[in-house]
Amino acid sequence: MNSESKKYGDTFHQANRQSFFSKKFLKDNILTGHFYLVVYLILGAFCFFNFSACRPNSGREEIIVAGSTSIQPFTDEWAELFMEKDAKVVINVQGGGSSAGIMAVKEKTADIGLSSRELKQDEKDLMEITVAYDGLAIIVHPSNSVNNLSIEQVRSIFAGEITNWKILNSTDKTITVVVREEGSGTRGAFQEMVMGQRRISKKAIVEDSNGVVREIVSRDENSIGFISLGLVNDRVKAIALEGVRPSEEAIVKGEYGLRRPFLFLVLEEPRGLLKEFIDFVLSDEIQSRLPQEGLIPVKKIPADTGFERREE
Amino acid sequence: MARPKANDRLIRISLLVVALSAISILAIITIFIFEQGLPIMAKYGLKNFLLGQDWFPSEKSFGLLPMIVGSLLVTLGALLIGVPLGLASAIFLTEFSTRRVSRILKPVIELLSGIPSVVYGFLGLMFLVPFIRETFGGPGLSVLSASIILGIMILPTIISISIDSIRAVPDSYREGSMALGATKWQTVRMVVLPAARSGLVAGIILGMGRAIGETMAVIMVAGNAADLPGSLLAPVRTLTSNIALEMAYASGEHRQALFATGVILFVIIMILNFLANLTARKQSRK
Amino acid sequence: MKKHFRLKPRAEQKVIQILLYMMTSVAILVLIFILAVILKNGLPQLSLEFLTTNPAHMGREGGIFSTIVTTIYLTFIALLVATPLGVGTAIYLTEYTSERVVTRIIRFGAECLAGIPSIIFGLFGFILFVNKLKFGWSILSGGLTLAFMVLPTIIRTSEEAIKSVPAAYRLASYSLGSTRWQTVTKVVLPSAAPGIATGVVLSIGRSIGETAAVIFTAGSALHLPSSIFSSGRTMSVHFYILAREGISMPKAYGTAAVLVIAILMINIITYYLMGKYISRTSPE
Repeated sequence: MNSESKKYGDTFHQANRQSFFSKKFLKDNILTGHFYLVVYLILGAFCFFNFSACRPNSGREEIIVAGSTSIQPFTDEWAELFMEKDAKVVINVQGGGSSAGIMAVKEKTADIGLSSRELKQDEKDLMEITVAYDGLAIIVHPSNSVNNLSIEQVRSIFAGEITNWKILNSTDKTITVVVREEGSGTRGAFQEMVMGQRRISKKAIVEDSNGVVREIVSRDENSIGFISLGLVNDRVKAIALEGVRPSEEAIVKGEYGLRRPFLFLVLEEPRGLLKEFIDFVLSDEIQSRLPQEGLIPVKKIPADTGFERREE
Repeated sequence: MARPKANDRLIRISLLVVALSAISILAIITIFIFEQGLPIMAKYGLKNFLLGQDWFPSEKSFGLLPMIVGSLLVTLGALLIGVPLGLASAIFLTEFSTRRVSRILKPVIELLSGIPSVVYGFLGLMFLVPFIRETFGGPGLSVLSASIILGIMILPTIISISIDSIRAVPDSYREGSMALGATKWQTVRMVVLPAARSGLVAGIILGMGRAIGETMAVIMVAGNAADLPGSLLAPVRTLTSNIALEMAYASGEHRQALFATGVILFVIIMILNFLANLTARKQSRK
Repeated sequence: MKKHFRLKPRAEQKVIQILLYMMTSVAILVLIFILAVILKNGLPQLSLEFLTTNPAHMGREGGIFSTIVTTIYLTFIALLVATPLGVGTAIYLTEYTSERVVTRIIRFGAECLAGIPSIIFGLFGFILFVNKLKFGWSILSGGLTLAFMVLPTIIRTSEEAIKSVPAAYRLASYSLGSTRWQTVTKVVLPSAAPGIATGVVLSIGRSIGETAAVIFTAGSALHLPSSIFSSGRTMSVHFYILAREGISMPKAYGTAAVLVIAILMINIITYYLMGKYISRTSPE
């Protein structure tokens, strides 16, 4: 009420001000009237241009890759190398997760899906190309005195039955278990290869990428987790399982059992640019670099040996 | 210009269409989230979702109780930290400090309200989590860290809204009370705060909404274990982080269950909105 | 009244005052600490090179150029969609209707929308734009999702700005024979412009800082986006990934500093606009 009467009281004052500004107002109003129209026309033209240039399968030089965050970093490197060779090509690599990658390929939002888990029954209509094998490393903080665990011990730790490092002849500290989230390929592989029918403890800390698990383990002296062997660095320590240290050699020989395939998924037999990129990844040039990155080249592992996955 | 009347009607109608955008968007969002989330809730039973304690999507077990409790616990913790500090700061800056101090500090606090939540989460991860791990034990990623980070995050919101509503109390109230011989604090406690009450409550509810809806900052510091937290130092997972953590890899029923998580979050937020509206309306009636 | 355990009013006031002082100091010091840490660790990372080169090796090396471009792109699209919707709604609510039911429904929609957490917007954008409309993870999907998210802010600030335009302006305009629309575009909107701009600028800040809604809709590809249909990683998402996965702490701090400085600048602009707007609408 108060302010209302105040407003009317100032009518004269305001009216004066308005006329004073009226020229400026006129200019403003031209802007407000047509500004959006102009902007929209520009945007419209722009969208149209983009549409014709960039929708899938219209002769563009772009490959969209999406999926597993475990494979993403490696694919990024491969893509960079590929793009160095052919500057016209753009390869967009993004995470999103194995399932999102699978779905993206099916729905044609991506050309290549990355999966670090094998396909489920209803996903089998996609074409799988194994581009590398990856070991799964059990990691602890570098200061941890534990160097070797049996599969049974690892199982008990992750099931929440062994909760103190003391039992494993280390310091008297509660174990912090760090795992990946439900649905992740890494967790799926760990569940099947190590846990079997046992559940991973509900009390475990859950993070959504290998990088985060590594980061947490590298900061917490009492923690234990599992990540891709390729991502192990000097800030964490990969421990031996049943006396075998995880290495390319041990995995190739079949002594270290925790491994899984890295899959490229495509809708149909790749052609053109897509084929070039996949061939490039499978070529000796890339495959011979894999061991440096902690991965195992496809050819080193005969297709039918190694770990058999249980049907879900 | 030729037919201003007809033009005006056209304009009115198109503006109405535009004006209905917000409510239509709300409707679309509701429909989409419910459409994706309800079937699975119906299939496995609402009770199993709300009261089940086991979240093992691969075994078709979708208990959301730990996350519901987690969200409420972390939000409550955030309020326990944010509200006293926020109200105290607002009272101090409006009633007990010199004009110059409040004139400098209020904008500073408001500037800080725009800092992205990921920044709060990151600093929590860098400083708070190691601190809690070393002083109190446990993994550090915990209910406590999440509460503190969220409490700090909602501080600027609570402070600036509280300052506004305390300032809106007419000076005549204060003068009247002081004239009766009340001290400044008595005036604040018995006159100013009650008069500003609904504004303060609205601010707190807004902060609460922000805390319960926050995702990224919480994921970074809460540890995300899908278990009822046994202590303040145990890791916890909220409804929001349940969605963000698992969305990427989820498929089939697992994904639907995440939408069901969204449905429950949505309902909780709507209840909060309703309460906020109620208090706001009370205030405008005054 | 239990008077036995009470301090004398004067003493009580002293105690309270000290307590309030301490709590205020804690609150403000914590907030300043956050700012200080980010700027102290982040500013040394900043250089023209950091701002103008693309990230390499997942962000371990290089700068953040592509993420800045993506952020600007995304924000631009969000505002392009949200501003006309928001301002239009505000005009309708303030100038074209006094009908209670319709207004109430519209306000209710805006208020509820304002309260929805960003992760829900993310889920929704993922289903609608990314999957159903097949925009894929793209700038467009992200921008539209953000537009929906900031719409309530723009509606509310515009409405307040338009409401505070003195009635006398409108009366003067009508008395000159202008139509309603002419009055709105020539008189009301120009005088409400700073207020509307405040809302727009606030929304820019919110878009820049958003992570949860963006990561599910715009994706996280690090390349420079080539069109609105390509996926991109905004600064916030980049920062989130860098910091969380421990890819590079210096780069993370650098990105955070750019983010925080951008947001502070935006808030300062808001402040300036608001000051201007207040001085225009409330003559003293």
